[in-house]
Parts: sequence; structure tokens; C-alpha cells
Amino acid sequence: MSDLTRLTAAELADKIHTGEVSAAETTQAHLDRIAAVDGDVHAFLHVDAEGALEAARAVDADIAAGTAPASPLAGVPLALKDVLTTKGVPTTCGSKTLEGWLPPYDATVTRRLREAGVPILGKTNMDEFAMGSSTENSAYGPTRNPWDLGRIPGGSGGGSSASLAAYEAPLAIGTDTGGSIRQPAAVTATVGVKPTYGGVSRYGLVAFSSSLDQAGPCGRTVLDAALLHEVIAGHDPMDATSVDAPVPAVVDAARQGARGDLSGVKVGVVREFSGEGYQGGVLRSFETAVAQLKELGAEVVEVSCPNFTYALPAYYLIAPSECSSNLARFDAMRYGLRVADDGSHSAEEVMSLTREEGFGAEVKRRVMLGTYALSSGYYDAYYGSAQKVRTLITRDFAAAFEQVDVLVSPTTPVTPFKLGEKVDDPLAMYLNDICSIPANLAGNAAMSVPSGLSEEDGLPVGLQIMAPALADDRLYRVGAAYEAARGPVLDKLGELEASK
Amino acid sequence: MTTTAELMDYAEVVERYDPVLGLEVHVELSTNTKMFCGCPNSFGGDPNTHVCPVCLGLPGALPVVNGTAVESAIRIGLALNCDIAEWCRFARKNYFYPDMPKNFQTSQYDEPIAFDGYIDVVLDDGEVVRVDIERAHMEEDTGKSLHVGGATGRIHGAEHSLLDYNRAGVPLIEIVTKPITGMGERAPEVARAYVTALRDLLRAMDVSDVRMDQGSLRCDANVSLMPKGASEFGTRTETKNVNSLRSVERAVRHEMTRHAAILADGGSIKQETRHFQEADGTTAAGRTKETAEDYRYFPEPDLVPIAPTREWVEQLRATIPEMPWERRKRIQDDWNLTDEELRDLVNTGAIDLVAATVDAGATQADARSWWVQYLNQQATSRETELADLAITPAQVARVIELVGSGELTNKLARQVVDGVLDGEGDPDQVIEKRGLKVVSDDSALLAAVDEALAAQPDVADKIRGGKVQAAGAIVGAVMKATKGQADAARVRELILERVGA
Repeated sequence: MSDLTRLTAAELADKIHTGEVSAAETTQAHLDRIAAVDGDVHAFLHVDAEGALEAARAVDADIAAGTAPASPLAGVPLALKDVLTTKGVPTTCGSKTLEGWLPPYDATVTRRLREAGVPILGKTNMDEFAMGSSTENSAYGPTRNPWDLGRIPGGSGGGSSASLAAYEAPLAIGTDTGGSIRQPAAVTATVGVKPTYGGVSRYGLVAFSSSLDQAGPCGRTVLDAALLHEVIAGHDPMDATSVDAPVPAVVDAARQGARGDLSGVKVGVVREFSGEGYQGGVLRSFETAVAQLKELGAEVVEVSCPNFTYALPAYYLIAPSECSSNLARFDAMRYGLRVADDGSHSAEEVMSLTREEGFGAEVKRRVMLGTYALSSGYYDAYYGSAQKVRTLITRDFAAAFEQVDVLVSPTTPVTPFKLGEKVDDPLAMYLNDICSIPANLAGNAAMSVPSGLSEEDGLPVGLQIMAPALADDRLYRVGAAYEAARGPVLDKLGELEASK
Repeated sequence: MTTTAELMDYAEVVERYDPVLGLEVHVELSTNTKMFCGCPNSFGGDPNTHVCPVCLGLPGALPVVNGTAVESAIRIGLALNCDIAEWCRFARKNYFYPDMPKNFQTSQYDEPIAFDGYIDVVLDDGEVVRVDIERAHMEEDTGKSLHVGGATGRIHGAEHSLLDYNRAGVPLIEIVTKPITGMGERAPEVARAYVTALRDLLRAMDVSDVRMDQGSLRCDANVSLMPKGASEFGTRTETKNVNSLRSVERAVRHEMTRHAAILADGGSIKQETRHFQEADGTTAAGRTKETAEDYRYFPEPDLVPIAPTREWVEQLRATIPEMPWERRKRIQDDWNLTDEELRDLVNTGAIDLVAATVDAGATQADARSWWVQYLNQQATSRETELADLAITPAQVARVIELVGSGELTNKLARQVVDGVLDGEGDPDQVIEKRGLKVVSDDSALLAAVDEALAAQPDVADKIRGGKVQAAGAIVGAVMKATKGQADAARVRELILERVGA
């Protein structure tokens, strides 16, 4: 395999911009790697070799002409989660209902990537409409974890994280509604960031739960994630919920953190994120991480966020409610799958039969849950109560952030489980997101950074760092300092069996 | 189809029952762009040409509120004497229908931008009725379905349907009245007068085209009856497809007579949507649903709340024009008009034009005469609206000025106006081009007078003999000879001088 695929995005950018390697050969190296290993990993639903190479050649032409690169990541290829629209390139959201759909427009994230000269290698696999924690809910088959092809890569953005861990891409974009960036990052030993809600435009992000969805950067290092964060973040007039504020200086924060000094930083350990349901190795890895933060100079205190206990049930009312409405548009009338169109069925029947055929079990489960929760007579008890819980969780965060700069916890309670292990037990599956969901409900920024391997199974564990809204830079400072102290984890992953 | 046998005589209806009305008016705002995207907001266009990812509800697309629409909504609320919410949101109204791209309508629900207002409506005989306004809220329009095949033109029974999303996302304001009670036999008239007043108001504010025929103003009429003296409202029906002011009155009246016949027969009214049939003035039941619709409203998470500052609201309040009916009253007093003269002005749509002509220097009597009579005839024969004629109030004022100074006769003035309407330029240019100045040179006129007198000596003798009115024949001859470019009054004076009468 080519050395180029082993480099970080920052290293690749340096080599490309100094002319040491071309963007085209960098992109080709990753395309070759995808061709070699993706049959086993199945991180990609669609590879756009031609589009990626064309973008790379444009960067090379700029460099040859002496023009300054369009961005610090110009020429560094990327894997894009299939939930973000790409003009003329398939966008399925892992669903049969969008099979063959070619969006007529680019998501704002996609547009910013193109404008930054980032070649898009292809679209990555995901749980259908981002609903799931394992990518097993993809209509196109699951993605496999490069650490153990028999295990899940996390979800919903398992394809994006697996593509990083399998060295198919140096950068990826994920989306995080309840942990879909952070949980896959944790179980693949990669870095994933859910920016502050509104920090990255949702325009063109096919909605699962509008008030929770947030696109964010994924990389193998904290610095790479920071570089990507600055490319995709910023105010977008096409998204009314986009934050009209300067993008936090996350690259500077990552560089500062990498110097390894956290003196003056107050870190809070969330008391509620431990105990029953947490794997021993995960907790011990977390304790080690906390000790390392102290060694870096951080002051560590325990904080209590009592309402976090109710985050999961509140989430499973709010997200399904919103999704039941967001997914109503998939009705066969304008795009996507259309069944029973034989002239003998009414429009209503075509809609109904198409939705029956096009949606998988988990999507149907959540649409039904949400439809019920919003029904007349139940709204106050379910959706209304959940929104109140959401307010309480936001207050817990606010109180905690009066005492500390960041909060830390394990990203997930357990290491990656086996494919098929939890598909018939949705509640067990939902528990995977118990630590990540509060940040979505409150709109805070949060990151997962590799924190070693669990002692009992040798599988990756993630450290979650949470910061107040608009203080994304704190994640990068603390994350980069910890990453430098802890040392690389992904290096411990042997070569994939398939490419041996 | 309803037959007359199932209707009660109207006099009997109002003797036995009290009607209760509730009117829901949808107004399409005439903003440049749609409610939540940048697509042009214009009537018509080839199907599906005014669309984008947002108004087509494509996956991933997001709405952004049109600030001008919010401004119009607040202004409408203020004109209707409403309170303006300090904080309000949009909600999603969820239901499946092919002409609604997202299968939910983004609409305000329990947090309207304007609420608790009223409008004073003037009936034909001058009686003023106060109609209380429950709320005015913002929402988006749906696309249009064209159902092909089948007898009714509705989705039921159609062979296939065509969808046009040009209208999808057009900004709408829905204005809902509180129950209108105690109107008795005048209920249908009140309904029409209310919608008329709304239309005039919205037109004066320049926020909507208010064309009922094009659907930019649509009225749904809720009607119920209760026995005379009762206080509990009866079951209502909601009549849609009411496409003219006259139809509003007819629809309400029809529903009253239909309800009364059913109630008097011991039956009960089914709460349902009905469609007004323009052809015979009746209503027909819509398709009945087996289950009640549950719209599962919840706050629209893709939009942020709207919190108009009080300063902004007050700035907008200052832009509310004088109410059309108040203005009419003022003009009637200022110009000392009879009711009939005022009605002519209102019916021809000439008020603003006359006022502008007066502002340009004409007397109101002259201005009124030109617009209500000659120009109104021209508008009719040219099949256009008075306001759309190709002449400005200033140009009309100039013509009036030239008549006043004797440089144009009335007849010449009409030719000048015709020239302006035909695009030949402003009045002075038309006069120049067509050579239409009054012949005011007495020597030229005298020659013509002498010629005419010589040609009709018998008439000249009659005038000399004291029959002054006979001079008309000579005046006519002179006018003919001068191609109408003489001042008839002056010609008459010269004739009398000449014959020494």
C-alpha cells in the first residue's frame, strides 16, 4: 500500500502545497486503497473517482500556476457521509427510498469542500437516514470495523469513521444527531467532532431530527479535524438555525494544545456517566485518561448533571417526532422510489406502498414512535415533556460550565459489539448513545478522541470532551493535549487481513 | 346535488334561526419572492418553473423566512387593530397530500403574529358593523393539482393528476374572524361587506393583488344556525371555492337556507367542508373523511422564533395608510359630494386618480368629470381598468388647465386625451402633432363667420329678427369650417356682433 494513505491530512497538505506530491497522485493512492480494501470494509456506498481526480487536478493546476491554494486542505481527499447532498452524485442516506436519486444541488458543506479544493472520494455508508449505532440499518449492507471485521464500526456514520481507520481517506465528514460522529470515532480509534449546533450549515444535510442534527469533521488526528472544521464551519444564510458568529479558532487551539500544557484548564468529570452498563475496560481507560489530563496540568473536579439520566428517553421522543415529519416528504411524488405505479392505485396508495417498501424497520419504528408522540392528546405528555427535560439538561450543562471549562466522559459505555448482536434489541442499541446524547439536546460542542484499547478485548475506547456552545476551540485544545500525551492508538491496528 | 325542495325560504330562516358566521380569508402576499426561498412569487408561469430545492421540499433543503412577508403580516395585523406578538413561531401542520412538497405545511399555529383585532365594516346603507378578528397568521401556500379524467375535477375518480409547484411556498396571511353573531337577515351582506373591506384595505396597503378570480384572496365561509334566542352555536359547515365577493354573499345565504331546512326537518348538520358551485349558487359536500385529521402540530425546528421589536412595530404602524372607508368619508366631506357622486367615484375606482389630478392643480369637479365620464368610457371601450389607462393624473390636469384657459375646447380636449391614450406623447406634444389649438385669431374666425352668414342669409335674418338661438346653426357651420378648432362661445359672440343683434 502507498505511504501517502498513512499520512495525516496536515502532512499531505504540506507535501501537496510544496509540490512534493501532487493532489492527483494523493487522490489516486486513496482510490487504489479503496479498491483494495473496501470490498471487506464497505465504508463507501459510491466512489466518485472521476469527480475526485478532476478536483485534485484543478488543485495541481493552481499550484503549478503559482496560485495560492484555495484552503489549507486543498488537494487532500475526503470521504463524505451519504446524508449530504452532492450535485449529480448519488445521495441515498443509506435508504432504498433514495436509490438512484441524483440531487440537483450541493449541500453547503459540499460546496465549501469544493471551494476549498478538497477532492470528494465518494459517499460513505450509514444507518438509514442516520438512525442507528452500527450501520447495520443501511439498506446496502453494514460497514465493518477495520479493528475486527466481525464487529460494528459504530453508527450512524460508521462508513466515515471506518474509511479513516482503514486508511481509505485521511478526512471524512459525519453528522451527529445523538452521537453518530462520536460513537463511530470511539469504536474505530479516530477523532470525531460534533460542533456547536448551528456551527456548520445543515443546508443539504438530509434531515433526521432538525433540532439535533449537526455535521462535523472526522480525522485521524485532532489537528486534521480542526483543519477540516475551519473549512466547513461558518454562517450560512440558507440555514436559519446557522449561528451568525465568528468560527472559533480551532486550528490555533489544536496547535496550542499539542504543546501539552493544560495548566489553568478546569475539567469536570460527569458523575452520572459511570456505573451499571459500563464495561470495565472502558471505565479504566477513562480513569487513565483523567489521570493524564491532570498530569498535563488540568484541574479535575467531579460535577453532577442529574438530569442527564433522562436524556435518552427525551431524545427518543424528540428525534422520532421530528423524523416522522422530516421523512414525510418521501412519498414517491417527486423523486426517489415509486412502487405500485401501475395505474390501478390511487396517489394515496402509491405513497403508502412506496413508504412500506422504501423504509427499513428502524426508520419505520421511529416514524411510528414520533407520529404517536405528536398525536393529539399525547403531545403534552410525550413531546412536551421531552422538551422540558431538554431545558433541564441545558441548565445542567450551564451550571457545570460555571465550574469547569470542559466536561469529560467515556464516549460510549462499551467497545464495539459484534455485527448482528443487538439488531433485535433496539433498547440495547440505543444505550450506546447514553453519553453522547446530552450534548445534542443542549446544542453543545463535543469531541471523541481515541483513549486506547480496552484491556479485556483490545478494542478501541473513546474519550468524550464536551464544551459550551460556541466554545468548540476548548475541545481542540484539550483533545490535542491529551492526544499528544496518550500517543497514537490507530498504529496498533494491524494491516487489514484483506490486503495482507 | 341540492334541490330547492331542501331549502327553506329565506324570510322564514331568519325568523326562526340566528346565523353565526366565521370567515377565514387567505391572502397571497405580493412579495417579490416566496415565503421561505428566493423563487419569484408571481402568478402563472409555465408549470414548475418557479421552483427550487426549498419549495420543492427536496431532501436536505431548509426554509428561511422572507423578512418582507413578516413585515407585511405585521402591517396587516396593525391595520386590523391587532396586538402584535412579542415572540412567535412557525409550526408544522402534518398531512399527506401530493401538492404539498414536504407533506407538512409550515404555518403558524398557536402562536400567531397578530391577534385580537377588529375591523369596522360599512354596509350599503351606511350602517357600520364591527367584526372582531381572532388572529392573522403567516403560512405558505401549496402547489396546484390538476386532476385529469373523472367527472368532478377532484382527486376522487380522476385518471391521473398533474402537479404544478409554482404556487408552493407563496406567502399567505390567514385572517380569521371571531364568531360573527347577531346579524340576522343581514348576515350574508355582512360577509360580503367584510371581505370587500378587507380587499380594499389590503389593496390600499399594497401588500397583495387581492384578486379573488386568481386566488390571491380566498374566503372560506363557516356558517351555522341556532334557534332564535339560543346561545349555544349550532354545528357549522365550511364552504370553500368562493371566488368572488358576490359568491361570498350567495354561499352564506345558501348555507343558511340549507341548514334551516335540515334543522326544521329534525335533522342534524354534518360538520364538513363544502364546495361552492358558481353556476347555480349552491354548495356540494366534499369527500367525507372516515377519521378526523390529526395534524400533529409541533414547532418548526428549522426556523428560529420571530420576535419583532416594539420599535419596529411602531415604525410599521406609521406606514399604515388611512383606511379606505375613512378616506372615502373624508373625501366626501372635503369635496362636498352627494352619496351618489361618491358611489360613482368608488365604483369606477377613480378616487385616487381624481385626488392625484386635484393635487396636480385641477378642480375636483373637473377632475371627477374627466375620470368618471370620458376616461371611464375609454377604459371600458379599451377593456382595461381606469388606473391602467396610459394617462397620468398630471396629464389630465394639464388638459383641464388648457380647457380652462380657452386654448382647448372640450371637444379638442377629448382628442388630445385620445392622443395621449394612443401613446402619441403628453398633451402638449399631441396638440403640436395633431395641430389641435383653438383658433383664437378673431380675424380668421370673422372670415369664417361672414362666409357662414352669407351662405345662410335666411338664418342671418332670423337672428337679426331676435331669434338668437338660431345662431346655433351658424356656430355649427363655423366649427365645421374650422375643423372644430374654434372656441364655440367666441364664435357665437362674433356672430351676434356681426349681425348686430
